[in-house]
Amino acid sequence: MIDWSPVLLSLRVGLSALAVIFVLGTLAARAMTRRHFPGKDVVDGLLVLPLVLPPVVTGFLLLVLLGRNGPVGRFLEDVFGVRLLFTLHAAVLAAVVVAFPLMYQSAKAAFQSVDTRLEDAARTLGAGEARVFLTVTLPLAWPGLVAGTVLSFARSLGEFGATVMVAGNIPGETTTVPLAIFFLADAGYLRAAGIYALVISALSMVMVVALNVWTRRRRPGWMRR
Amino acid sequence: MTLTVAAAASLHEVVVELDSLYRIEHPDVAVRATFGASGALRQQIEQGAPVDVFISAADRHVDALQRAGLVDARSRRVFAGNALVLVVPSTAGANVRGFRDLGSPAVRRVAIGAAASVPAGEYAEQVLRSLGIADEVAAKAVYAQNVRQVLAYVERGEVDAGIVYRTDAQASRRVRIAAEAPPATHAPITYPLVLVARRPHPDETRAYAAFLLGPRGREVLARRGFTVP
Repeated sequence: MIDWSPVLLSLRVGLSALAVIFVLGTLAARAMTRRHFPGKDVVDGLLVLPLVLPPVVTGFLLLVLLGRNGPVGRFLEDVFGVRLLFTLHAAVLAAVVVAFPLMYQSAKAAFQSVDTRLEDAARTLGAGEARVFLTVTLPLAWPGLVAGTVLSFARSLGEFGATVMVAGNIPGETTTVPLAIFFLADAGYLRAAGIYALVISALSMVMVVALNVWTRRRRPGWMRR
Repeated sequence: MTLTVAAAASLHEVVVELDSLYRIEHPDVAVRATFGASGALRQQIEQGAPVDVFISAADRHVDALQRAGLVDARSRRVFAGNALVLVVPSTAGANVRGFRDLGSPAVRRVAIGAAASVPAGEYAEQVLRSLGIADEVAAKAVYAQNVRQVLAYVERGEVDAGIVYRTDAQASRRVRIAAEAPPATHAPITYPLVLVARRPHPDETRAYAAFLLGPRGREVLARRGFTVP
């Protein structure tokens, strides 16, 4: 009998991470496409860094920061009595950090492709900045944002390297599908590991195909160019 | 020429030290050592990893390889013995004084090796079951991939206690032994050494194994707190 808890935990991690990533990624991308300030390239590099860094390095840095002897970990423990390591929150945080660049990159490309003249037209007609963003920019950038959402969700779902460093292996609590696969294979349970591998492959495949179908049906102007 | 030895994680320092001694006597033979949970190493050997000598922390994993005909049964010897202890971070207070304290609410997280592949975790589960606290502890267990990861979790204070071998605890200044498991509560901890079958350098492998099992091996083992057969 297959234990579904890793699948449910992975979905919980993926959805929680996605909520954070969608908001942060969209806002960061919007700010970085419209604002100019000294050191912008460095900030951009830092935001994209987790994409090119080996996930286990990201995990190591999180471990050093969040551990009981790390600056953030000690602060959380002393002030709030919270231990982050070996909890699902740590897994979510790892997924957020690792998958954030995918949302950020897609959203940035989407915002860059939005015709600024349309936004200016809305402004001349008296729309405030918030209204311009919600009724002009966001709908035009939507396909790119959706692509970023799907990619970062899929990445969160499969996050292993950073997660294994900070979340540990607690069945039913932090053992997500990738961790379950690793520990099962390590112990010689190749069949069970294979089942989880199939489940997560199927999930990822469905998402990517759905995204392809959705973008083809829409045929948005910014992709035809 | 290169030989590869795959050894239980708890033997890390012993095997590294013996290999460097061996190199002095046999400069023509390079020994490569790989360490991990015995179950994971067995898995690698089953999948055809190029290993010449396997030293496991539990008989079970060598038994399985023997049944599959992957190791030379006649070469099997007992390399060393060990004991199981409960450790706490050296900075911790005195609220964990024995295995039974693991059931108390003051203990939030306990690190244990994943029993399927980590022998120390298997022995730990036997102890907890003999003491009748297996279920209580399972609810707060963090399962580690090998016994040294258990030790690392305790050293860093990420968990309140962990179950490791006595030799792991003795090698670390950042943990304190809270209790030793009574030998009657678990299967005897012995490290079987065996030669992997059908490997390219049988003579050199036998010579290396004989060195490990010989007086230098026993001396290093004893100095590091292992029992010697």
